[in-house]
Amino acid sequence: MKPPRFRYYAPHSLEEALAVLAETADEAKPLAGGQSLIPMLNMRLARPSLLIDLNGLHELSGIELDSGAIVVRAMTRHRTVERSPLVAEHAPLLAEAIRWVGHLPIRTRGTVGGSVAHADPAAELPGVLVALDGTVQLTSQRGQRLVPAQDFFVDLLTTAAEPDELVTEVRFPFLPARTGTAWLEVARRHGDYALVGVGAVVSLAEDFTTITEARLSFIGVGGRPVRARLAESALRGQPVAAETWRAAAATVRGEIDPAGDIHASAEYRRYVAGVLAERALALAAERAREGARR
Amino acid sequence: MTAVGTEHRVIRVVVNGVPYEREVEARLLLSDFLRHELGLTGTHVGCEHGVCGACTVLFDGEPVRSCLLLAVQADGHVIETVEGLAPSEAELHPLQRAFWEKHGLQCGYCTSGMLMVLKAFLAEHPNPTEEEIREAISGNLCRCTGYQNIVEAALYAAQLMRQS
Ligand SMILES: Cc1cc2nc3c(=O)[nH]c(=O)nc-3n(C[C@H](O)[C@H](O)[C@H](O)COP(=O)(O)OP(=O)(O)OC[C@H]3O[C@@H](n4cnc5c(N)ncnc54)[C@H](O)[C@@H]3O)c2cc1C
Ligand code: FES
Ligand code: FES
Repeated sequence: MKPPRFRYYAPHSLEEALAVLAETADEAKPLAGGQSLIPMLNMRLARPSLLIDLNGLHELSGIELDSGAIVVRAMTRHRTVERSPLVAEHAPLLAEAIRWVGHLPIRTRGTVGGSVAHADPAAELPGVLVALDGTVQLTSQRGQRLVPAQDFFVDLLTTAAEPDELVTEVRFPFLPARTGTAWLEVARRHGDYALVGVGAVVSLAEDFTTITEARLSFIGVGGRPVRARLAESALRGQPVAAETWRAAAATVRGEIDPAGDIHASAEYRRYVAGVLAERALALAAERAREGARR
Repeated sequence: MTAVGTEHRVIRVVVNGVPYEREVEARLLLSDFLRHELGLTGTHVGCEHGVCGACTVLFDGEPVRSCLLLAVQADGHVIETVEGLAPSEAELHPLQRAFWEKHGLQCGYCTSGMLMVLKAFLAEHPNPTEEEIREAISGNLCRCTGYQNIVEAALYAAQLMRQS
């Protein structure tokens, strides 16, 4: 369990990192928090001949507000997000979900850009990003582009990023008024990858009794985060009521198509996804009301 | 273009207050650097893929898996291992004393990782609940104790540290 041989390079600026990556993209891997890449090296599942260490690039870390979104730069650690008052205020779904990412020592090193680039189908951050209709900023020597989360996550460990591109920022849009969110998941132990997780976003009409918009984003039920589009459209215009959430759970179970593995069977995942949807929708609606009272 | 990067590098690190300068292979894990190069075998290695927590050390004061860091990444940083916990040969750290008195270990394989993650956790949460302690050590596996006495030891350590 030792990494294979590789060359190591620590660039001093993003510009330099992009120049090196442009030359070496077919043999190199960027190293962020290393919490997924180094296990893969130790198990020899990855054999890059060059590691480009992004940890010295201070311009790649930080959290700020920018035109309707909270922007988290790629090398921002999970732990920094967890402690950020800006995130707690403007992206409560992210704040709630991040505590489920691994364990404390994993979050100390793991980064937002690394989680998104790695695209594990049970990872929380991709699920949050898809729930909030966020975007990923990709940068290469060829230029910069913004990719909507829906298009960025392609499949298991596969994204729209080209080998010479770095994830440089992740944008989580602000929520509309009268909106509440909730993140719930089932894992064997706190900090293990989720068997199933869900992010719910519920917006209410001015009377606070009717749903104007609802979103459900699941992790662990497919190769990438899955939106329950049928349930979402059925929820529009419905009253805030227990029967509404129960009906949504049934729709969710009908529309998702999870796979079974050694951790959980497909039937179990399908059932639990419904339970979590029901609870998360109720909680998100409750929070939308509470938010108005505050 | 000549190949970018090198397979070896010279690093400078401070471990338990002692500065070291060594040339290391780029692929050397920090856990192996501590154990094989510096002889600090108190840091244990269980799984080498981040799951067991036995190798937990403090990196600039924060808990990390030393099996998921390269030694070259420690260049310019400050590391603390279990060997640095006790204030002197004759005295134990309150965490060590609590683990001893409350039987927070059996074989001891997980102990150094438990102590290091708890040191960082208690610094931020001087008065934790049992629930918070269980979450804090959720990334550290123990195959002997069933965790009960570890949790009790952690609560007791918190109490000792508040008193001093
Ligand atoms: C025991 C354990 C439990 C875990 N539990 C969870 C969990 O419950 N939920 C969860 O979400 N994650 C979990 N993780 C994974 C953790 O969150 C990782 O930190 C994360 O998946 C990857 O982030 P990283 O910064 O460590 O990236 P790295 O490991 O450094 O990189 C991962 C991949 O992304 C690429 N990459 C990294 N940064 C960039 C970038 N900016 N641009 C382009 N490519 C890039 C790398 O080349 C590599 O291929 C766990 C990890 C461990 C070891
Ligand atoms: S040896 Fe590092 S976590 Fe198991
Ligand atoms: S005491 Fe043996 S593994 Fe914890």
